[in-house]
Amino acid sequence: MSKEEKKVNRRDFLFTASYTVGAVGIGAVIWPMIDQMNPDKAQQALATTEVDISNIEPGKSITVLWRGKPVFLKRRTSEEIAEARSVNLDDLPDPQKDEDRVKEGKDEWLVMLGVCTHLGCVPLKDKGDFNGWFCPCHGSHYDVSGRIRKGPAPTNMEIPKFEFVDSNTIKIG
Amino acid sequence: MSEHEYVPKSKAGKWFNDRLPLLTLGAHLTDYPTPKNLNYWWTFGGILTFCLITQIVTGIVLAMHYVAHADLAFASVEHIMRDVNYGWLIRYIHSNGASMFFLAVYIHIFRSLFYGSYKSPREVIWIIGLMIYLLMMAAAFMGYVLPWGQMSFWGATVITNLFSAIPLVGDSITTWLWGAYSVDNPTLNRFFSLHYLIPFLILGLVVLHIWALHVPGNNNPVGIDIKKPSKDTVPFHPYITIKDAFALLVFMIIFAGFVFFTPNVLGHSDNYIPANPLVTPAHIVPEWYLLPFYAILRSVPDKLGGVILMFSAIFILFVLPWLDTSKVRSAVFRPIYRQFFWILVIDVLMLGYVGAMPAEGIYLVLARVGTIYYFLHFIVVMPVVGYLEKTDPIPMSISEPVLTGGAEPSIARKVNDKV
Repeated sequence: MSKEEKKVNRRDFLFTASYTVGAVGIGAVIWPMIDQMNPDKAQQALATTEVDISNIEPGKSITVLWRGKPVFLKRRTSEEIAEARSVNLDDLPDPQKDEDRVKEGKDEWLVMLGVCTHLGCVPLKDKGDFNGWFCPCHGSHYDVSGRIRKGPAPTNMEIPKFEFVDSNTIKIG
Repeated sequence: MSEHEYVPKSKAGKWFNDRLPLLTLGAHLTDYPTPKNLNYWWTFGGILTFCLITQIVTGIVLAMHYVAHADLAFASVEHIMRDVNYGWLIRYIHSNGASMFFLAVYIHIFRSLFYGSYKSPREVIWIIGLMIYLLMMAAAFMGYVLPWGQMSFWGATVITNLFSAIPLVGDSITTWLWGAYSVDNPTLNRFFSLHYLIPFLILGLVVLHIWALHVPGNNNPVGIDIKKPSKDTVPFHPYITIKDAFALLVFMIIFAGFVFFTPNVLGHSDNYIPANPLVTPAHIVPEWYLLPFYAILRSVPDKLGGVILMFSAIFILFVLPWLDTSKVRSAVFRPIYRQFFWILVIDVLMLGYVGAMPAEGIYLVLARVGTIYYFLHFIVVMPVVGYLEKTDPIPMSISEPVLTGGAEPSIARKVNDKV
């Protein structure tokens, strides 16, 4: 290329300006089209669920629906807590202490998303090789603390944000 | 091609054709020179066109009665089955039609693999075909979600969760796909919209597929380039249309057999239980036509690895024309490749079988062996065999070995064996 051709002229400026404005315009139209698929206001409004836990006996659990997903609330016995805490962290694919999965002082309450972290099935309780949950879809075993022990799931079952409103009520979300 | 010679006979036809040459297109499609040795494996293009039109027509009718809402979808499907006049027939044609569509497309794809139809100069036809296949899988998956039964719901959950394996943005993508924090009403609603859209995208790609086919013309069982038109070709109509029509009739008998005698044999009984987000069925399986890929997914003991391998199993087919190094198209003249071809067929069937079984014990071992062979076949066998193999002599034309009466009788016989 000669020197003259390299020089920026009015036409180049107009091309670049037009492309830029065009790209911004297309982006401004495409984004609403994409974002409309994200959860809408009605879905976001379902973000909290309150649960009455006064009727749950030690060793029992209930399942409630939060944001369309099951949440397991298990009132653990002291043996189960002891078992969860006796595990060597080196044996866990996703090391996490049982203490970090419950609220301090409320160690008997395990509140977690009942969703297998592999592909989203609901694990079955009191099944599997580790006295906890077993996912029938692709064979993931979880222990009594909901931590992954064996199978294709990459992480422990998720602990949602929750708090004790009073001694008988848990608010999830 | 002879279309530029075509002149409509009537004055009105000529007037119209000068303004929009539709009649020229019709004449091209009628006269289109086709290799005269096409066997019945070549009739599946027509059969697939029939399947697509059947799905579109029955689908439009079903949409007149179906309600895409999580609270009403299941009941509206039962309403179609019990109340709508002939609703049971239309729905059974549509649901079994999906299976028949995949049956035909798998035969069509393996036909291509055996006779080397994906090779130069037909790579673009092959790639468009694979795009159609991908859209078919998307349409079938979303269609299976619409009845909102247990398999619908949990199939949708498992498949959409595949995207959560993507690092960093995976969870945002799944939430975006769902339009909620789990598979829910917004998911069903958009799946219905897309399920209605995709067949028309497929229809557009089918037009491109046929257009791309009509540029080089059909491959044929001998796999050699032929002059067109010549004594090696026949006009598409009536020679191919009548053969396609006969094959289609046989296909429709099988189709009708499923619809009228075992309409639910290819489905899963759990899908007659309404969707319940609290209970996962004990044994989730996808529809039969996705089982080989499901087996590959489960053969890997790692979430992301399994997902990557499963998608690779499909996307590797896109580069097939460049992985195959053989100059000879048809496996009829490739004694080594031919054996590997049949191993691949058995391998895919085996993967399909273990995909339907629990992922444990011997089934897991078989799934892993099958997965390894699947990839070895394309990445190692095809380039290496194509390079090393000593192929059989190929005839100069389709007619020659037959008409010259034994100049190369061994070749003629070999061709006829397969034709």
